[in-house]
Amino acid sequence: MPIMEIILEAGRSERNYWRDLWHYRELFQVLAWRDVSVRYKQTVIGVVWAVIRPLLTMIVFTVIFGRIARLPTEGNAPYALMVFSGMLPWTFFSTALGDASASLISNANLISKVYFPRLIVPAATIVVAFIDFLISFAILIAMMAWYRFLPGWQIVLLPAFVIVAILAALGPALWITAANVKYRDFRYVVPFVVQFGLYISPVGFSSKVVPDAWRLLYSLNPLVGVIDGFRWCILGGESNIYWPGFGLSLFGVGFFLWLGIRQFRKVEKTFADLI
Amino acid sequence: MTAQDAVITVEGLSKSYLVGHESAGPERYGSLRDSLVRQAKNLARKTADMARGRQIIQGDEVEEFWALRDVSFEVARGEVLGIVGRNGAGKSTLLKILSRITEPTTGRVRIRGRVASLLEVGTGFHPELTGRENIFLNGSILGMTRSEIKAKFDEIVAFAEIDKFLDTPVKRYSSGMYVRLAFAVAAHLEPEILVVDEVLAVGDFEFQRKCLGKMKDVSRHDGRTVLFVSHNIAAVKALCSKGLYLESGRLRCWGTVEAAVGEYIGAGSDAFNGTIPRDLPRQYATGEAELRSVQIIDRGGSVVQAVVTGEPIHVRVQWEVAEPLARAMIEVGINDQEGRQITQSFSSDGGAPPIDMKHGPHEIRLEIQDTVFPGRYSLLAGIHRMDGTTVDFVERAFDFEVLNAGSDDPAHYPWTVRGYLRPAQRWTAPVLPSESDNGTPR
Repeated sequence: MPIMEIILEAGRSERNYWRDLWHYRELFQVLAWRDVSVRYKQTVIGVVWAVIRPLLTMIVFTVIFGRIARLPTEGNAPYALMVFSGMLPWTFFSTALGDASASLISNANLISKVYFPRLIVPAATIVVAFIDFLISFAILIAMMAWYRFLPGWQIVLLPAFVIVAILAALGPALWITAANVKYRDFRYVVPFVVQFGLYISPVGFSSKVVPDAWRLLYSLNPLVGVIDGFRWCILGGESNIYWPGFGLSLFGVGFFLWLGIRQFRKVEKTFADLI
Repeated sequence: MTAQDAVITVEGLSKSYLVGHESAGPERYGSLRDSLVRQAKNLARKTADMARGRQIIQGDEVEEFWALRDVSFEVARGEVLGIVGRNGAGKSTLLKILSRITEPTTGRVRIRGRVASLLEVGTGFHPELTGRENIFLNGSILGMTRSEIKAKFDEIVAFAEIDKFLDTPVKRYSSGMYVRLAFAVAAHLEPEILVVDEVLAVGDFEFQRKCLGKMKDVSRHDGRTVLFVSHNIAAVKALCSKGLYLESGRLRCWGTVEAAVGEYIGAGSDAFNGTIPRDLPRQYATGEAELRSVQIIDRGGSVVQAVVTGEPIHVRVQWEVAEPLARAMIEVGINDQEGRQITQSFSSDGGAPPIDMKHGPHEIRLEIQDTVFPGRYSLLAGIHRMDGTTVDFVERAFDFEVLNAGSDDPAHYPWTVRGYLRPAQRWTAPVLPSESDNGTPR
């Protein structure tokens, strides 16, 4: 076995950063497994929480936006299905953002006592959010059976949009995680962003209600593209995706990912001193 | 030593932290207006720091603190290096840099090989998870692969002696079980370089001995390099071949373990050298005479902060007399860490005549034989008249430590001792007629 040689110096950037990260993949799995297995410990109904929360939110949105505000759905798709297919990526995004931004601080004793690429910790929390996502997805299938709604061929492209959703969550999550270690103010920013984002993203309503003139600007929110993509896959022909907007959203996802990783790597080495 | 053999090379290593203070003084409790002005200044500074991407520091005075300053040394393959020093000398900072947890401010470290650091037992243990699950969790955190953990699982469980509770959440464990499990995982790490910080300070005695044995095996038989920090001088001497002594972030000694430990024991710093400040508020003082210093000294007369069990303690008391004092005596006592007095000696003990003290400086020496067990103590001293009235009295005049003697010394205790005093003693057993004597006719 070749001997690993490491040189430690101030401000020295890691040459083998990504290889190092790959080297620690088992720790990533173990931390993700730990977070998943302790998530619903000492609760009475356990994992049922992962079912109840999205279901209740969906009912509230359907009643408020669909029945009371009488907003249009996409094509002939039932309003509840339209809401739920938008909630899938949104809930995933907000859970990932919230959990990841608190992850380094709640693992402070790990950070200050052992070395490993710090990126693993927030990344592992995204796995937890993804498990909740899978549970919600099962609910979606049950709902489609209930409404006797058959998706079109577009559903096979869903995995690609799931990957976009993961990247869309990872970028801002890393950026806020890194900032939160230094400035705890961000602990108060995250719940606000999540609450606010729910209304500026097309979760409870279709993005078609946005006037065409504003559509491109609206797509600057990366979540708009992700949610539209999900609806296009799940509701199939009933939904019309606005492709220029989707391209812009994709660009936004890429930009935040670059920003998040860059910021995270820049301050990663000082975490132990600041936490 | 050639560069080839060195697994760790440290060159000019320094580490600084920024620390903030609340400025002291009368303005601390100033008017509301003062307080608001200060808060506003603070807010302005914090915002400016944040805009420039600097860290936020609480308090209104910022100071740079050097935890390590220009430290250089090398560690060869298979060497066991003991690092000693007072609290705050930079030992932990050094280990944190070597285990890549924090980066140095200046200087350079070259490490050849996989490093596993054990700065705390049970890092990352999750209370809700079972013993079995925590073995995998903790093992991965310390850098073991899953297959390595699987291969060693039975060994770890046997070492920790917890097989009955493997599937119980560790929050239900006793603290002893918890520590045993945590150390068992760590003891089965197989890195090229093992960094250990003070982990033997926990756990019961029997288990501590087991751990020391395990660490010895690791270095002797497997040829691994170990860096070991401890306040337990006996453990450092028993385990290590080389020693490093740090004081206030600077390297004071790097050589054999005897040399480093010797420097550490002999080191005195101005803060504790037993000189009693003239402006010290005194409870009993009459002003006729004042204690100037109370110190423990070695044979050469220089002040020492630590003595070794079994060796006599030499105390020197100096005082100054303002008004001549007839028929007086000096008292010296030892307090434990909680301030309970455990010994008391008077210069008049055993019928020695009282002292007539003239104007000017005075000095007296006291030798205490075979007194106390290893631990931290302090000296108190007093000047009294023979009728029992007190002229001056100073408590906690001198802090010192009694260290456990080396393992080859008759005064060595390989276990944790209870109590304080080590009285001079003689054990006897009645001579019983032995079996061979029975059948022999006289």
